[in-house]
Amino acid sequence: MGFEFNGKFYETDDDGYLTNLDDWNQEVANYIAQQEGIEMTESHWEVVNFLRDYYSEYKIAPMIKILIKEMKKMFGPEKGNNAYLYQLYPAGPALQACKIAGLPKPTGCV
Amino acid sequence: MAEITKEELMTSAPKKKEPDKAPKLTGKIVKPKIVRGAAGHNKPYTAKPELMEKLGFPGQLVDNWQEAAIRKMGELLEKYKSLQVYMDICVRCGACTDKCQYFLSTKDPNNMPVGRAELFRKVYRRYFTREGKILGKIAGAVDFDLELLAEWYSYFHQCSQCRRCSVFCPYGIDTAEISMAAREIMDSIGLGEKYVVEVLGKVHDIGNNLGMNPKALENALEFVEEEIEEETGIPVKLPLDVEDAEVLLVTPSADFFASPHMESLVGYAKVFHQAGINWTFSTKASEAGNFGMFIGNYGQMKKVASRINDAIHELRPKRLVVGECGHAWRVAYQFWNTLIGPFDTLNPKYPRPQHIVEFTLDLINRGALVIDKSANDEFTVTFHDSCNVARATRMGDKPGGQFELPRELIKAVANNYVEMDAETIKAKTFCCGGGGGLLTDEIMEVRINGAMPRMQALHNVMETHGVNFMALICAICKAQFTAVFPKYGVPREVAGGIHQLVGRALVLGAKE
Repeated sequence: MGFEFNGKFYETDDDGYLTNLDDWNQEVANYIAQQEGIEMTESHWEVVNFLRDYYSEYKIAPMIKILIKEMKKMFGPEKGNNAYLYQLYPAGPALQACKIAGLPKPTGCV
Repeated sequence: MAEITKEELMTSAPKKKEPDKAPKLTGKIVKPKIVRGAAGHNKPYTAKPELMEKLGFPGQLVDNWQEAAIRKMGELLEKYKSLQVYMDICVRCGACTDKCQYFLSTKDPNNMPVGRAELFRKVYRRYFTREGKILGKIAGAVDFDLELLAEWYSYFHQCSQCRRCSVFCPYGIDTAEISMAAREIMDSIGLGEKYVVEVLGKVHDIGNNLGMNPKALENALEFVEEEIEEETGIPVKLPLDVEDAEVLLVTPSADFFASPHMESLVGYAKVFHQAGINWTFSTKASEAGNFGMFIGNYGQMKKVASRINDAIHELRPKRLVVGECGHAWRVAYQFWNTLIGPFDTLNPKYPRPQHIVEFTLDLINRGALVIDKSANDEFTVTFHDSCNVARATRMGDKPGGQFELPRELIKAVANNYVEMDAETIKAKTFCCGGGGGLLTDEIMEVRINGAMPRMQALHNVMETHGVNFMALICAICKAQFTAVFPKYGVPREVAGGIHQLVGRALVLGAKE
């Protein structure tokens, strides 16, 4: 499975998550975001960048609480919460933020 | 069902664009008029060859799949006498027809327990009974062809193996066992469900369902320690791989990752801290869940469980306690002793293993913990019995302990408690809709539908009693309700663990 973008084929899993972490770049992230109906703002990017940094160190997306705490640092206490996270990514951090960040979909009992 | 090719069967489900809609909340659970084939389009993604092969299954549907499936069915009938009995004993009395959450919501007769079992029975009759072999269709016997296999794949993944139907069957036929056998047969011919197969692969490779490596696990535990200290000023520890501890706690890896799961993790840690009990997690046993059960595969179940035994031998704890996870408790309570027992090195004065609910309640009853129930006064709490805990296990030393102990614990830490409709709790509880390997997003429609009866009962107590917290003791229930609540217009925060309530009410620090 996969999709064509800017003349390149991107391999994905069944849900459209990039298979190869290294395929990711800002343009393709923008493209995936578009498909999800999301217009990337600076706040969106900050979440995505944090997810990618965390993943590169721990090989898994961070616990939601860790992400929220980081958002508190990035955006201040009014926006460092679940509600704002869902405002940015209405389908949820795992379904949308990880997808746009080019990370695999978290599965398990989550 | 229309003719189908092998390729179509193996192809993953088409992605739907429309958001899945939830049934209306009326507070009533009514027996619907049947709609044939209404749910036949649902099917989870199939597992890729490399994932299947890792578990020792054929990579994809084998050429002689029919012959191989029938041979496997023969083996299972021989191995599990219960399965043979379930095949022969049904008298079609109809008692089960309106008892399954997936039938009540989808109206599809193949989602009636008897209808689902019939998909299996008609193959059984054709190849294993004299009448079926000679008379064929007249005797209710049908050739196992691709169309029927496609129906198997769809409908045996619309059963959460919750066993509610078996409570109402006068003969005690357990459709969960039939569904497990069907999945075992499908895996053996190369037709596996991606979600479960992938998760099992991660347990073997990395050690838990989430695929959380030791470094990530350590980071998560440290983070939770910092959070607790920030909130309470008290350095509560979440120890990892400590040797010779009193207690090894084995919990679902979702507790280290997801919300609201993590709130229960905080609760467990506070309990151990305040009771002054030396405890530990284990990287080796960083998963209580055991998806081997969902696919009826004894070998997988044993391989997953063996990690617990390895941890016991490496770390030498004296007690083994299991966190909030429904099917894990079934595996622990019913199967661990056979799979990895007899736990000779653990202290025989305590249950081997013991449920965290029993563990915490015992401490409270002995006065070892100080509780401020008013910390939960903003909540009016109800309790959702998890299917596996309710119908396949026990807690404590009295019959029905699996119903009473969780309720006692909730009432010990919260002032406001309300019970849902008696037809939907305890042994008659409905599944959350996401159990048994169905907790995967491509079948969200199945999950939303499966939650319907529980949602109706919850809606009632929310309307009449202002319930705003449904306490849970299962990682799957927590994830499922958090995902489907918004579809029903219920806030996510209404779902949470019992130990989330415990953690809030527990008073830390020196006793006054």
